Amino acid sequence: MAETTTFSGNRALQIEEPLIFELGSAGRVGVDVADAPPVDEDRLSGLRRKAPIGLPDLSEPQVVRHYTRLSQKNYGIDTGFYPLGSCTMKHNPRLSEKMARLPGLVDLHPFQPQKTVQGALEVIDTLAHWLKGLTGMPAVAMSPAAGAHGEWCGLMAIRAYHDDHGENHRRRVLVPESAHGTNPASAAMCGYSVDPVPATDRGRVDVAALKAKLGPDVACIMVTNPNTCGLFEDEILEIAEATHAAGAFFYCDGANYNAIVGRVKVADLGVDAMHINLHKTFSTPHGGGGPGAGPTVLSEKLAPYAPLPFVVHDGDGLRMVEHPESSGGAKPFGRVKGYHGQFGVFIRALAYILSMGSDGLRQASSDAVLNANYLLARLGGTLTPSFEGPCMHEALFDDRFLKDSGVTTLDFAKALIDEGFHPMTMYFPLVVHGALLMEPTETESKETLDGYVEVVKALAAKAAAGGAADEFKAAPKYTPRRRLDETQAARSPVLRWKPGSNA
Amino acid sequence: MSIYFTKDHEWINVEGNVGTVGITDYAQHALGDVVFVEVPEAGRGLTKGGDAAVVESVKAASEVYSPVSGTVVEGNAALAEQPAMVNEDPEGAAWFFKVELSNPAELDELMDRAAYDAFVAGLE
Amino acid sequence: MRYLPHTEADRRAMLAAIGAKDVDSLFRDVPAAARLDQPIDLPRGQSEMEVERALSRMAAKNLSAGSVPFFIGAGLYRHHVPASVDQLLTRGEFLTSYTPYQPEVSQGTLQYLFEFQSQVAMLTGMEVANASMYDGATACAEAAVMAARVTKRGKVILSGSLHPHWRETTETTLKYTGLECETLAPDPLAMEDLMGRVDSRTACVIVQNPGFFGGIKDLRPLAEECHAEGALLVVAVADPVSFGLIEPPGAMGADIVVAEGQSLGMGLQFGGPGLGLFATRDKYVRQMPGRLAGQTVDADGKRGFVLTLSTREQHIRREKATSNICTNSGLCALAFTMHLTLLGETGLVRLAELNHALAVRLETKLKRVKGVRVLGNSYFNEFALYLGEDKDASEVVDALAERGILGGVAASRFYPEWPELRPILLLAVTETTTESDMDALVAALTEVL
Repeated sequence: MAETTTFSGNRALQIEEPLIFELGSAGRVGVDVADAPPVDEDRLSGLRRKAPIGLPDLSEPQVVRHYTRLSQKNYGIDTGFYPLGSCTMKHNPRLSEKMARLPGLVDLHPFQPQKTVQGALEVIDTLAHWLKGLTGMPAVAMSPAAGAHGEWCGLMAIRAYHDDHGENHRRRVLVPESAHGTNPASAAMCGYSVDPVPATDRGRVDVAALKAKLGPDVACIMVTNPNTCGLFEDEILEIAEATHAAGAFFYCDGANYNAIVGRVKVADLGVDAMHINLHKTFSTPHGGGGPGAGPTVLSEKLAPYAPLPFVVHDGDGLRMVEHPESSGGAKPFGRVKGYHGQFGVFIRALAYILSMGSDGLRQASSDAVLNANYLLARLGGTLTPSFEGPCMHEALFDDRFLKDSGVTTLDFAKALIDEGFHPMTMYFPLVVHGALLMEPTETESKETLDGYVEVVKALAAKAAAGGAADEFKAAPKYTPRRRLDETQAARSPVLRWKPGSNA
Repeated sequence: MSIYFTKDHEWINVEGNVGTVGITDYAQHALGDVVFVEVPEAGRGLTKGGDAAVVESVKAASEVYSPVSGTVVEGNAALAEQPAMVNEDPEGAAWFFKVELSNPAELDELMDRAAYDAFVAGLE
Repeated sequence: MRYLPHTEADRRAMLAAIGAKDVDSLFRDVPAAARLDQPIDLPRGQSEMEVERALSRMAAKNLSAGSVPFFIGAGLYRHHVPASVDQLLTRGEFLTSYTPYQPEVSQGTLQYLFEFQSQVAMLTGMEVANASMYDGATACAEAAVMAARVTKRGKVILSGSLHPHWRETTETTLKYTGLECETLAPDPLAMEDLMGRVDSRTACVIVQNPGFFGGIKDLRPLAEECHAEGALLVVAVADPVSFGLIEPPGAMGADIVVAEGQSLGMGLQFGGPGLGLFATRDKYVRQMPGRLAGQTVDADGKRGFVLTLSTREQHIRREKATSNICTNSGLCALAFTMHLTLLGETGLVRLAELNHALAVRLETKLKRVKGVRVLGNSYFNEFALYLGEDKDASEVVDALAERGILGGVAASRFYPEWPELRPILLLAVTETTTESDMDALVAALTEVL
């Protein structure tokens, strides 16, 4: 398959690119470093490196070409439609990138005297003001570095609250079966045990089962809302009320916040803590897997336990509180990372928020929900929707439409790659068999969605007609690499380059 | 010599006071290509239904539970080197560990071949 | 709104296809009491120019590091980032892609992660490295948890050489895990003796090298002691440029190395995002947190890369995962690996030599300032300056700032509860420090002391 007919192995714009270790030639350099001034005696205490490191030497043009070619082997939102459910792959405005490169904002050290960084503290404070205003929550911990980190931060605040109120016997956390894997993993890091809550056949938390599991040893529930099936938990007020009546807190996984910004204040849902993935909802780039940021909004009860550091208004200026002693009576549970949070991500998120404004943010979530329902409506007759709509910002299907075709969800997704689309999320949430979760986001135009719908319908028809299983299994054909052998990768892990061993 | 099965898809083949434990063909099929196996060391105490070994495919990780209580006599070191054996010969060469039974009466709670086959048929 | 493509006609057509009368009806599952029918009372959207103006106004309130003589380090270092790094970083295929779960359309990300892992393993002298953590502090905390998992022991010893933020992050992380932290006093003289503290309950000892106050130590005796007791040695490194000059932790017996990668590729960014480097021995790879890229072949037998050993991770193991980490620092890893590839062996070694030589030069120049002395007798590019018994370094820092110099950071900023550290000023230099910057610092210090 995909026979190569060129001498070089290249295919026009798809150029084979070796590892940097195969490109180097000792003595080249890509950065001109000044000669070091002579030193009479070094201060290395006899611990000067003895053996060479083994890094390759390349020149600048080689390096530029290497990474340019690598970039061409990647699919990004800039390339095309990226309906990855649960990930909110929306347009990343370049204004945000430009702002995040203003020297007055980024060429700053976190340990400069605070008087010299008032503008940076203003960035943090302004973003915090927006996050509180949009969610209706009184406080926000800004420093968590990602969604999972924010989950952990919120649970730590809950644990600290209970410890402080003589309730440290509360060690059980109720987590719906459809939850992201990070939820139980974060709970485990707080010394909590995880008790799964089943879903109903409406794709929502089984409220009766949840109520039955509530008790004096429950610290909190962790509910994603809208949930991972793309549905709003319509009994959320009842869930919150029962949770609070049992003395437990309501942690909301905010991964799907993009569906409801400006249309719902999560405080009105009874939420006590929720992380916000700035790299989803507020459009900062995913960057191939980070960096993100996961500021965590907190209720009045949990606010005093927020981690260090945080910004306070002090006289006519802003002050970063770095120690418990200067926190004005707060009881911070500790520190979750170095320095002051994901500042570079904050600038981008703030630029996006200021650009959109409260009206634009509301329109964005409206369009995101409209787009998902449009996919649900247009594909509903072809694919098999898992639940009845309306959905929120993502549409969930299962693999019943592929029954007896010999084609799996994975094969179907790989065929979409050849058609120029990034696949949807597959096999998640776990509560649905062979799940296909599509999140179109507000970024996509009707024309893009229509084009995608036609391709999905054509592929589904081809699968249903039978006899095409082998062709699906051979997909993708037109990518820089075809399907990769993940079994070999895991059975005999090769996790780094070593001289002479990676041919 | 008699073979018993659990609802978690382990089998145990008992000879005298020692049982040899592995996972069933159904289980290996459900996991897909096995890429990693961790077996218990000799001397480790096991309780019925407790974690005893780990088996992983590319996308799934699963605990292997001990069908009985007892003490590990031997773990199958070959599996660590060649996890693919679990796919090739799950109910033979790819046994996970041997355990000396501390309470043979526990075997009564397990299924025989016919009962297990019926149990699996019911899962489809 | 410039980011939203729908026209009103599009919206109407789509609602018709759905069979809904308006968008509000799509939100009918939201309890009526929680539905907002108006935009929230916050400012409305703005044009590019307006946003640029607002953020530029905030920028103007800061004193940027590059505009003045600058000597702050304490875990984050202002190195020069080559122009091509940032230019390449903004390529949309890197910037706007997701975690590489679909390897056929992510070979770019996967290959650079594989190259990154290889470089980190080489630099640290270890066998294997992951695809990054959030930052050095969280990597350090994860190392403590991993060591406890590997050794099945419950006590972690944190050296006084460890960066205070890394220490606090580790203490916080361990707080409810049932693991115990033994934290030693800050160690400005690099005199701490860890020998004899390691026992059969110890999971690991975590030391920083060079230490937070600058001192460099031979860790071999400590590694031997740890291994004799069945504990692991975790070595933390704040400035990876130091790897160009100093014996790597792996060669001194480290079992896990964690580092902050910000120095290469990223600039200061007010401290975030960072880049956690995490390396260990092959035998511990299944206990390691974080993502891993691995080499394999595709259906045509060509070399390619995938994420592998995922069963360690939260999306599969859930509450039994090695960590809850999901998003990491992919783009920062790209910046790091691009900068390091530009430097190469030749460039990194020259850069490290230059950093060290400039630090020695600053020490020499400071001899002109009466009453001050450098503490300890070893350092790489940062040292602790003792200003005299009755001096308060934080006041000196403020006085220097008033003279337009960002003259280091006072130890008391991290250790307010240790009055004996009040006279200590941490001073760092890099290749960006000029001769005249140093002269300005020396002159100003003479004036304010």
